[in-house]
Amino acid sequence: MLAIQGLTKIFPAPAGEVVALRDIRLEIGPGRLVTFIGPSGCGKSTLLKIAAGLDASYEGSITLDGRPIEGPSVEKGVIFQEPRLFPWWTVEKNIAANASLRDAAVRRRVGELIELVRLKGFEKAYPSELSGGMAQRVAIARALLRRPKVLLLDEPFGALDAFTRAHMQEVLLDIWQADRTTMLFVTHDLDEAVFLGQQVVIMNPRPGHIRRVVSVDLPYPRQRTGAPFQEIRGVVLREFEKVEEAPVPDPGAGI
Amino acid sequence: MAADPQAAKAQARAVTAPRAEAARQRDWLGLPRWAQGWLLPLAVLLVWEAAARAGLVSPAMLPAPSVIAASALRLLASGELGEHAWASFRRAAAGFLLGGATGLLLGLFTGLGRWAQRLLDPSLQMLRTVPLLAVIPLFILWFGVGEFSKGLLIALGAFFPVYFHTYLGVRSAEAKLYEVTRVLQFTRLQLVRGLILPAALPNILLGARLSAGVSWLMLSVAEMMGASEGIGYMIQDARVYAQTDLVFVGIVLFMLAGKLTDAGVRRLELRWLRWRRPFQDGKEKGL
Repeated sequence: MLAIQGLTKIFPAPAGEVVALRDIRLEIGPGRLVTFIGPSGCGKSTLLKIAAGLDASYEGSITLDGRPIEGPSVEKGVIFQEPRLFPWWTVEKNIAANASLRDAAVRRRVGELIELVRLKGFEKAYPSELSGGMAQRVAIARALLRRPKVLLLDEPFGALDAFTRAHMQEVLLDIWQADRTTMLFVTHDLDEAVFLGQQVVIMNPRPGHIRRVVSVDLPYPRQRTGAPFQEIRGVVLREFEKVEEAPVPDPGAGI
Repeated sequence: MAADPQAAKAQARAVTAPRAEAARQRDWLGLPRWAQGWLLPLAVLLVWEAAARAGLVSPAMLPAPSVIAASALRLLASGELGEHAWASFRRAAAGFLLGGATGLLLGLFTGLGRWAQRLLDPSLQMLRTVPLLAVIPLFILWFGVGEFSKGLLIALGAFFPVYFHTYLGVRSAEAKLYEVTRVLQFTRLQLVRGLILPAALPNILLGARLSAGVSWLMLSVAEMMGASEGIGYMIQDARVYAQTDLVFVGIVLFMLAGKLTDAGVRRLELRWLRWRRPFQDGKEKGL
């Protein structure tokens, strides 16, 4: 369980302060897949960074299984927008990273993950030989090897072309259905948010806060063209249209 | 997106194929490209030889290439050449290893530690600007003209390029990858071995290549300031007896030594930096 209580993040700026996040309240149960969507500047990436333990200067509380998050750790796997692989290591070494491939258990698990992220045959390839989507799958496998309690994905498919992105979304759902890791997925793509999330958290900027949480009660795999999908997509879209009309929204609309 | 791994691999190879194709390509004169670099030296040698045979240049000033080659063969057969070359190689290698290792360690040290950088780097940067040859009289006063003095002089020359480029390389490690090492909870040792050293390696090798060049330069200077064996000594000795052909033999030897060490470091680069994109090789060769 990831619990966020009254989380506020203020960036000091030359011209006064910038409130990046104001009074975020959210609880995400184990095994959930929650997507976060909002325009740039709504603080969704900042929220993820704080959950990852990479940013420790905030007010309020954020706990994972009851323990406050203090610094980064393998419990909280992070997938950045770029794959961030080590260019001098092969695919399998990148997945193992600081775990030893000489350890039989690590080896076996790395092999399983390579199959899970559909990279069989590329164990010995270097990152420079991979496409963007393949590299991002290596990054996902690297995080999964550590069996994280929660996987934090910060616009992981944002730099990929539309076809690759659709494929990656399916791969991610496969992974999630295989081992039910809790996932927080930040995106600025409306379809992606609705296609993946059990819940879609809609965020607004200035100051960054949660506007509404929409539940998506559709079975996987979802049909993007189906009427129920389009209906929920419409609900989310209308929230954004309201944002445009009301530049100063009411603060602290949590769940 | 390549769903089929084999297809994607073939695609990756296809990127490198045109380059190999270009290397084999022949154009004007029907010469392969690699041979074109030999055209100018060969032409110079031919003209030189012809001029010498025609008596256009004094044999005492500019002996014919064939005469130089004959002298080299004579010295080689007598074993004299081998002895000089071996003595020089030992000195250069010892100085290079001493200076390079010190440079590597200090470069890592100042690159990694902020206080070490503030304490050491300004002084080292200042010392770097001193022309090395200006230090020679001091070295002779302090340490004489023996092997120790020579080794130290070469080491000093070899130190700076490795130090400077190691420092730069360590600093070039990406903040984004550093963030990854924090998330994956790398230990300090894993951080150095997994991120900082590999990130610095291209720079370190560049520094080593420059250092090797400086080592040969300092060696020749050190051997000419007083020695009883070595290529520099051979050149100096030949000058005294006006054996111009032997001076040329010495120069060619230095040329070969420089070229060979350069090729050696480049081989290491190809091996250790094979993770780089194929098209980056070209950039490396330009250095």
